[in-house]
Amino acid sequence: MFQSPDFNQLREQIKSATSADVEQALNATRLNLNDLAALISPAAEPYLQQMAARSSEITLARFGKTTQLYAPIYLSNYCTNRCVYCGFSADNRIKRKCLTLDEAEKEAMILHERGFQHILLVSGEAENAVDVEYMEAIALRLRNKFAAVSIEIQPLSTEHYQRLFLAGITAVAVYQETYDRDMYKRVHLSGKKSDFDYRLETPARVAEAGMREVGIGALLGLSDWRAEGLAIGHHLNWLRKTFWSTAFTVSFPRMRPATGEFEPLEIVTESNLSQLIFALRLFDQDVGLIVSTREEARYRDGMLKLGPTRYSAGSCTAPGGYGDSDSEAEQFSVGDHRSLQEVSTMIREKGYDPVYKDWDSSFQITTS
Amino acid sequence: MLTIAGTDFRSRLFLGTGKFSSSAVMAEAIAASDCQMVTVALRRVNLDNPEDDIMKALSQRDYTFLPNTSGARNANEAIRLAHLARAASGSSWLKLEVTPDPRTLLPDPVETLIATEELVKAGFIVLPYMNADPILALKLQDAGAAAVMPLGSPIGTNQGVLTDAMIEIIIEQARVPVVVDAGIGAPSHAAYAMEMGADAVLVNTAISIAGDPVAMAAAFAKAVEAGRTAYIAGMGRRSKQASASSPVTGTLSSDLGFLA
Ligand code: SF4
Repeated sequence: MFQSPDFNQLREQIKSATSADVEQALNATRLNLNDLAALISPAAEPYLQQMAARSSEITLARFGKTTQLYAPIYLSNYCTNRCVYCGFSADNRIKRKCLTLDEAEKEAMILHERGFQHILLVSGEAENAVDVEYMEAIALRLRNKFAAVSIEIQPLSTEHYQRLFLAGITAVAVYQETYDRDMYKRVHLSGKKSDFDYRLETPARVAEAGMREVGIGALLGLSDWRAEGLAIGHHLNWLRKTFWSTAFTVSFPRMRPATGEFEPLEIVTESNLSQLIFALRLFDQDVGLIVSTREEARYRDGMLKLGPTRYSAGSCTAPGGYGDSDSEAEQFSVGDHRSLQEVSTMIREKGYDPVYKDWDSSFQITTS
Repeated sequence: MLTIAGTDFRSRLFLGTGKFSSSAVMAEAIAASDCQMVTVALRRVNLDNPEDDIMKALSQRDYTFLPNTSGARNANEAIRLAHLARAASGSSWLKLEVTPDPRTLLPDPVETLIATEELVKAGFIVLPYMNADPILALKLQDAGAAAVMPLGSPIGTNQGVLTDAMIEIIIEQARVPVVVDAGIGAPSHAAYAMEMGADAVLVNTAISIAGDPVAMAAAFAKAVEAGRTAYIAGMGRRSKQASASSPVTGTLSSDLGFLA
């Protein structure tokens, strides 16, 4: 199993990087973890331009003039965990809702009509609200209507992921939130999620189950973002070596305001976020990099072409929010409120092709 | 004229369609390249939707449509996808891609051979994408592949024909056309492959991400033609030793005067 390196050691390693290390990393054709450490270090900050140029060049060569688009559907905001930073936390008094299968399908079809072919089903982590049977039933309803259906729900067992794969789920995202073990303990007050190691081992269980794609990431704002970035690099490296036929993506959720008024513990600026994205692109030329609507439109427009390969669009983070715009209780507030069409227009204006379909449900052998 | 499975092609440049900035640019580049064989990733199109952007752009001209199975991790997935493509498009042409490693997108030789055998039996015209392995090329050919498509270098790298020693052997041995696929990053690379005797080349990234994809497509068309003409004209052999350009043949023939 993957052993997460000591977070403080990662910090130290990054701190000791010099501009010579950065230059070496910028000139290397294949980067190792030391190069990644150099590129996310403070020593690399003066090189942000060069990093952006290199990142953009690699992304263009590997992914072409395209950006994939997807939208999330929030199925449920019930949660049995108490994560201090999240609007869905069991501690918060919010209106709870779990969509019925019909309601979920209705939400999905609204997105379908808007043109989405790739959707991500998201829920809080409450097994009594959203369990494997529920997810299986939704997958069976949606798999022939969409090119790809991904999920971001509580960690499951390998067997359960296998069941969902056979039902038509293609990809699973599960973020570690923080690779800083001590901080993890401090912000996950109770509930199943407080088991750091079980969560850390989840991407491996997903890959083992045969899923096509696994998304990993850290919630930026909980601990030192540089060390988080290097930890992601370690995790990605291990996953690549162990599951060579699985595709991987990395997301960079920056902490957003949510119910509960939690203030980020660390400030991660847009410049920091960009440095992290460029560094990971140089480190792994083929990893999918996702920037969600948590970020402002201005930032997302600027980053297009420079490293990210996938954007969400037209997102609503409250269950039932597409059909009912009065629906409250978002998980976090959205920074880019533009519709799919508006985001597509921006992408086209920048000379890129907004890609709605880059998968086909017929790749998967599925149960009936 | 290049003939594959009984169909004649005037152009020896095949185009890949991923990575273009828009379907309109793609269509323009295809027109400028004058190519007649266009490959399309099945994962990218809605075959049964006539409004599909890419399909609409392609249907405006008369191409041989070569759907590819990009994304398939094994023979089973590729075979299932091939049948779906045929049912939807009515065409039996198929570029077989079985690439289990999403990072390098290198072809799986074992699964590619299995899929070729099955698909040929099912009546498909199979053009397998393969590593530049001469024995595999022979096996695929024996299994009924209509052409073989060895890679010049890893896909999307623009490194050119790094596998030339192997491709030369494949060309020498093949009964079916040899199409160099993947890695061709510049018109000079394409010309080189054609000079070696390749029957055609397939280009995508080099054209789609060029500053001016339409002009680049035209440049590739010329390079492919130049390479082909040079091949037919008979290229001089490359030699490590210097040789005089006008050897003293008189002396030589008199030296050899003793021969009957
Ligand atoms: S982050 Fe996830 S697990 Fe934690 S409270 Fe929010 S929804 Fe629940």
